[in-house]
Amino acid sequence: MAALIRRGRIERLRSPDASRADASRADARGADACEADACDGNARLADTAAAGAAEVAAGAVLRLEPADDPAAFVHRLGAVSRVEVNFPSFTDGRGYSIARLLRERHGYDGELRAVGDVQRDHLFNLARCGFDAFLLRKDEDADEALAAFDDFSETYQASVEEPQPLFRRR
Amino acid sequence: MYLYDPIDQRIVDERVAQFLDQTRRYLAGKLSEDDFRPLRLQNGLYIQRYAPMLRVAIPYGILSSTQLRKLAHIARKYDRGYGHFSTRQNLQFNWPKLEEVPAILAELASVQMHAIQTSGNCIRNITTDHFAGVARDELVDSFVWCELLRQWSAIHPEFAYLPRKFKIAVNGAEADRAATFLHDIGLQAVRKSGSENLGSDPNFPDFIGFRVIVGGGMGRTPMIGQAIREFLPWRHLLTYLEAILRVYNRHGRRDNKYKARIKILVRERGIEAFREEVEAEWEHLRDGPSTLTVEEVRRVESRFTRPAYEKPEKLGSGPNLLHAKEFGPDPNFLAGPFAAWRKRNVHPHKEPGYAAVTLSLKKTGVPPGDVTDAQMDAIADLADRYSFGELRVTHEQNLVLADVREARLEALWREAKALSLATPNIGLLTNIIACPGGDFCALANAKSIPVAEAIQRLFDDLDYLHDIGELDLNISGCINSCGHHHVGHIGVLGVDKQGAEFYQVTIGGNQGNRGQGRISAAGKNSALTPISAPASVGKVIGPAFAQHEVPWVVERLIETYLQLRESEEERFVDCVHRMGIEPFKENVYGSADSPRQDREAALA
Repeated sequence: MAALIRRGRIERLRSPDASRADASRADARGADACEADACDGNARLADTAAAGAAEVAAGAVLRLEPADDPAAFVHRLGAVSRVEVNFPSFTDGRGYSIARLLRERHGYDGELRAVGDVQRDHLFNLARCGFDAFLLRKDEDADEALAAFDDFSETYQASVEEPQPLFRRR
Repeated sequence: MYLYDPIDQRIVDERVAQFLDQTRRYLAGKLSEDDFRPLRLQNGLYIQRYAPMLRVAIPYGILSSTQLRKLAHIARKYDRGYGHFSTRQNLQFNWPKLEEVPAILAELASVQMHAIQTSGNCIRNITTDHFAGVARDELVDSFVWCELLRQWSAIHPEFAYLPRKFKIAVNGAEADRAATFLHDIGLQAVRKSGSENLGSDPNFPDFIGFRVIVGGGMGRTPMIGQAIREFLPWRHLLTYLEAILRVYNRHGRRDNKYKARIKILVRERGIEAFREEVEAEWEHLRDGPSTLTVEEVRRVESRFTRPAYEKPEKLGSGPNLLHAKEFGPDPNFLAGPFAAWRKRNVHPHKEPGYAAVTLSLKKTGVPPGDVTDAQMDAIADLADRYSFGELRVTHEQNLVLADVREARLEALWREAKALSLATPNIGLLTNIIACPGGDFCALANAKSIPVAEAIQRLFDDLDYLHDIGELDLNISGCINSCGHHHVGHIGVLGVDKQGAEFYQVTIGGNQGNRGQGRISAAGKNSALTPISAPASVGKVIGPAFAQHEVPWVVERLIETYLQLRESEEERFVDCVHRMGIEPFKENVYGSADSPRQDREAALA
């Protein structure tokens, strides 16, 4: 069962259990379904954007892959219900930059969800870069993962979470 | 050295707790090997040929005696009684047990040390000039800037999973002793042109800044870095680096690990286009919250311990290093073993009456950079008694006591000699840089330490060595070039030829300019040569050699140099740059018409 951590709470996804009141329609499809979702319903927005085609329906999910340039999607950010950034492998760190750009440069303030190879040990920095929802890899223990947000009580750098670097607060 | 405040300490302590938990989950089977690997690497832990290897960060190479004693203790308790100083100013333990690594990290944290980001595809330990703070040709004390960068790069939210590792070097002096042209980013402290007469203002005025070099590196595609910005005011240091790192993180190649370093991106884009991209990114970050402040630079600077130098009149009447004729009649000062050591291992200091001393870890027969626990304890004692309790690690794998009273040099020499740390070969051919090589490292194609030893044995005549003069001989066991062979005046690289160990030889590599006002280690001002080779990558002289041939080849190269040099002031590398590699090549391989008979004989 895939777990979504959002606003500090665990939401169990997957599947047919769409009766859960707190799970949105899209969320309820779970990790695998999300991929399909991004590929059919939204025709993989990155591709369509590159082709300069197809407007996005309001409320759709925008899904970005590591090679995508967030600047190409700026005009759509106001119309989406959330943005997902995919991590095909956690060692591909491009999504961290994408998140910061969305938040700090393009002013996106809706849900920003990390999907793909998302594990407990990456949550702390993902959150600092502006992600506020995390679809954990299926084998991750969500209850243990919650503790990751407290791995460090202080950090040196400026980030989305803390726009002032430590040296301006020391 | 920089003293942690409670926040610095807390961050390191929390990192230890984090890694303890990760190790616990790995050992319990909850974290797979693939998922654990990048986590352990970012805490300095490799799985090597025979055992794990733990690389401890020695930020910009400075250590206190207390820290060194802790390293000795760790070597004794958790390892086999020794450690290895690497070319990145770090210390490696070759035999720790995985399950004990969190305990080792906790021990390190207790003396304000860590192993954060000593490996992995992240920003690595920042390196600098080992004479920072005491060099006469210094514009800024690079330690302060290195510590600012250490804090900025430690657990950076955005740059933990870069395409590849990322190395930054800072040089604060005129001579480049940090190999800034051979790093992903090299920072050279400079004054804005036109500000020469403004004096040095303690308030970090805007005419102090950095020349930013990008895209240098060694490895299998060695490249000399290029200037992306001739002058970056110091305030903008962090935001500009973030711009470079962000462009690299987003666009660096991830499809091939051998093409993933920033140097490949810079080469593929071209420096002009790369600069435009970085500048465009920087426009958004410039003057943002990460812009440095005078207060922050002052704060970091004030947390550094400073030696309480004695006033010159209180220093007593020791021999003045820089005026040999004043040494008096004692023959020990003019010739003999102390004089040889003083000539090579003692370096001028900006404070009158003081000198910097290199303790050599290059005794013949001992792997370069290796120190035993007992030696570490003894060196810590020397640091306490002779150099305000601090020492530095050099990228040439030696140690430096940076603040020694000149009057006490001879006493220090006697003690260092008794500890086998006084080999008088700094800057000379036998001061070989070598990686651990095939004896220890899983990556190596060939052994490096026995080759170093064979060369050291062949060149054991000190007079001859001094006659040859300054020469960097660097050996790497494989193309990862941890032994910096590309920038050796003579470089030796272990290669695999059909399963056998062979060695490729390069000449003409050079780690950096020596600076116009450079004072030689011998303490004379006259050692300037008209043409000093710039930072450069060595050229391969021809087909590779068997292990037993390498010392012979080095001998032929030296022979050629001694015939060709214009004067004693022209170093081997300068001579290679003036003459090209042909005459050297010919003396090694012979010409096409008459191949060298003695090489054939040496082969037989």
